[in-house]
Amino acid sequence: MSTLTEAPPPLAPTEPARKPPRRRGRLVPYWLLLPGILWLIVFFALPMIYQASTSVQTGSLEEGYQVTWRFATYWDALSGYYPQFLRSVLYAGSATILCLVLGYPLAYLIAFRAGRWRNLIMILVIAPFFTSFLIRTLAWKTILADGGPVVGVLNTLHVLDVTSWLGMTQGDRVLATPLAVVTGLTYNFLPFMVLPLYTSLERIDPRLHEAANDLYARPVTTFRKVTFPLSMPGVVSGTLLTFIPAAGDYVNADLLGSTDTRMVGNVIQTQFLRVLDYPTAAALSFILMAAILVMVTLYIRRSGTEDLV
Amino acid sequence: MTAVNWLKRNLVVIAGLLTLAYLLLPNVVVTVFSFNQPKGRFNYEWQEFSTAAWRDPCGVSGLCGSLGISLQIAFWATVGATLLGTMIAFALVRYRFRARGAVNSLIFLPMAMPEVVMAASLLTLFLNLGAQLGFWTILIAHIMFCLSFVVTAVKARVMSMDPRLEQAAQDLYAGPLQTFLRVTLPIAAPGIAAGAMLAFALSFDDFIITNFNAGSTVTFPMFVWGSAQRGTPVQINVIGTAMFVVAVLLVLVSMAIGNRRKKHKA
Repeated sequence: MSTLTEAPPPLAPTEPARKPPRRRGRLVPYWLLLPGILWLIVFFALPMIYQASTSVQTGSLEEGYQVTWRFATYWDALSGYYPQFLRSVLYAGSATILCLVLGYPLAYLIAFRAGRWRNLIMILVIAPFFTSFLIRTLAWKTILADGGPVVGVLNTLHVLDVTSWLGMTQGDRVLATPLAVVTGLTYNFLPFMVLPLYTSLERIDPRLHEAANDLYARPVTTFRKVTFPLSMPGVVSGTLLTFIPAAGDYVNADLLGSTDTRMVGNVIQTQFLRVLDYPTAAALSFILMAAILVMVTLYIRRSGTEDLV
Repeated sequence: MTAVNWLKRNLVVIAGLLTLAYLLLPNVVVTVFSFNQPKGRFNYEWQEFSTAAWRDPCGVSGLCGSLGISLQIAFWATVGATLLGTMIAFALVRYRFRARGAVNSLIFLPMAMPEVVMAASLLTLFLNLGAQLGFWTILIAHIMFCLSFVVTAVKARVMSMDPRLEQAAQDLYAGPLQTFLRVTLPIAAPGIAAGAMLAFALSFDDFIITNFNAGSTVTFPMFVWGSAQRGTPVQINVIGTAMFVVAVLLVLVSMAIGNRRKKHKA
């Protein structure tokens, strides 16, 4: 499962084979690992167990909670909040596809066509990160404002008629609709798509393009048969890096959406921080985690086999 | 039909530049609106040009205080995560040990988990332990999620290192400590620096995990979130613009220095 890291780790480090292990040094790796791993066990793994236990508790804030193995909480959470779950998958999925479609040309441009502008474009892709993402998300409120230039253009081109027919917008509004939330999600996670795509495109030997050209492949064929398959590692890690955070996000749905665009993250946040219904919140969060782990595992496995072909 | 051919050849460039414009548009808006003088509490509509907010960036109560808290947390989270992460990275690349697979997945999982899940589960832990939410719980959480990114960055660098350099140092009678300080550490430094910068950026801009575990402590992203409900002061845009400009300038200066060094060597 190392798709998210930049380079696949080699199976065995080169070091130990040549160096006979000294008795004294044998504990060194464990001492090196101890503090960090302990930190992750106590503050990452243990909380997952606490959360699992909270999800099967009953009680109230005043009287305290007890583990009663009430699995019905899961059923209640799913049947009560399945629209939000579906919305999360739908919005995050749309945003991921949009990120791929928009991000691929940009990554391609940086890798093959930018020439001496490469570094500058790279900086411009990363630089927005230095302005807090909440401030930048709020800027979309201005950009998509009712009666603003963007909405005006979309209206004149009759784009809004199509999108509202699809249920993505309402009337003359973009703000507070699913389209606004997906726009925000796409915008926020686009760099996470562009950077891995760029990394894998940049590794492609340009002579392969020349070879395809020499063998009378048209540019489209070269892209389909050479460039795209070789960029698959970037596509896989890019889609994971956009889909996972987008599926759990509640900031875009809250700032750019309305009560009709609430995603599962919004529900978890409200249940935990405002309603204080801890078992339901824990169950929802557990379901989200399990769903994403299953999807990610299946996806990696599938794309892994395609990769080998 | 040269125009059509030109368009065909440069289609990818045009599409790429359009995407770049999409990425930069909000920053343009943030910058322009830092010179706005809004009527009412929200800064979403253009009214008239004013430099009032730039002359008084701390004029909103709580804003600069929250900035200070965010910088402090980001600093200590960077120190903690870089130290622990570098140790793990060295152990993973340089040594053989049991449970390597378990260690690897423990490092991978936090990066593959939606933030809201980590945030919620960490909150259940703190609630169960009766911990007081605030500065320390935020710091603990930030070190936790920055750790994996530091490990990844440092590991990539240490892995590409030539082990013969250290052997050479030992052959020249350098002790283990001397070898580490004079050979290993300087070579690994760019990886460690990259990991530290990533940790700082992640911690400084984190909202979701902080939102769950902050108690009544207000970091800068928390301040922005609150203001989105109560009314957005122009000063937020000033700070956002200033951070953007400073970061780009720092990168450009460091690149210029790097280029000059390269030319000197050549």
